[in-house]
Amino acid sequence: MITIRIQREDFDVGAEVAALDAEDTGAVATFTGRVRKEGDLVALTLEHYPQMTEREIGRIVEDAKARWPLMGVTIIHRVGRLLPGDNIVFVAVAAKHRGAAFEACQFLIDYLKTRAPFWKEEERGDGTRWVDARHSDDKAAERWRDT
Amino acid sequence: MTLLYFAWVRQKTGRGEEQLSLPADVKTVSDLVAFLSRRGGGFADAFADPRRIRVAVNQEHTGFDAPLGEGDEVAFFPPVTGG
Repeated sequence: MITIRIQREDFDVGAEVAALDAEDTGAVATFTGRVRKEGDLVALTLEHYPQMTEREIGRIVEDAKARWPLMGVTIIHRVGRLLPGDNIVFVAVAAKHRGAAFEACQFLIDYLKTRAPFWKEEERGDGTRWVDARHSDDKAAERWRDT
Repeated sequence: MTLLYFAWVRQKTGRGEEQLSLPADVKTVSDLVAFLSRRGGGFADAFADPRRIRVAVNQEHTGFDAPLGEGDEVAFFPPVTGG
């Protein structure tokens, strides 16, 4: 079962894991990304490209399914204005064994960060600015190319 | 064709979306970037350094050498920062 949702509302990690349960599932790995509480950060506003976002995430999930035997994937990404400590993104992978679940979960978040069309704008005490892409995120995604 | 702009590209151009009849001399994304830059103002500013811009044609990431046709949806945006 593949679930991809882009939403303004928060999500419930426990409920999402329970919904992913299927016969033969021996492992569920999850990743939850949150807005870091740092310095004078007031909020993050996430913009996206609505028509493309779900299609691009769908392509990333297909890539993951071609690499690992997956039984279920749930990806939720929030948009709109989020506060420090808020959930931003959730990735859950169900598989028969932990190796596939862990690896596919990391692959999905690494690729989502470098390919899914979302942009963060930071709101700080002195104004707003668009967050720059990080070289370390590109490196994290690149290492999967040779595997 | 439909042009879409996101994040600071949208702010600099001052619009999120526009309809454009494919100009005769525009065959690729690079040609379109040159055409838009010639509008001057916020467009020249947004496309001043094309290395900072990414492009998707019909909702798929592609490069500046991608061919364009009437009816395409072309989106310009900065490198993505989700997750």
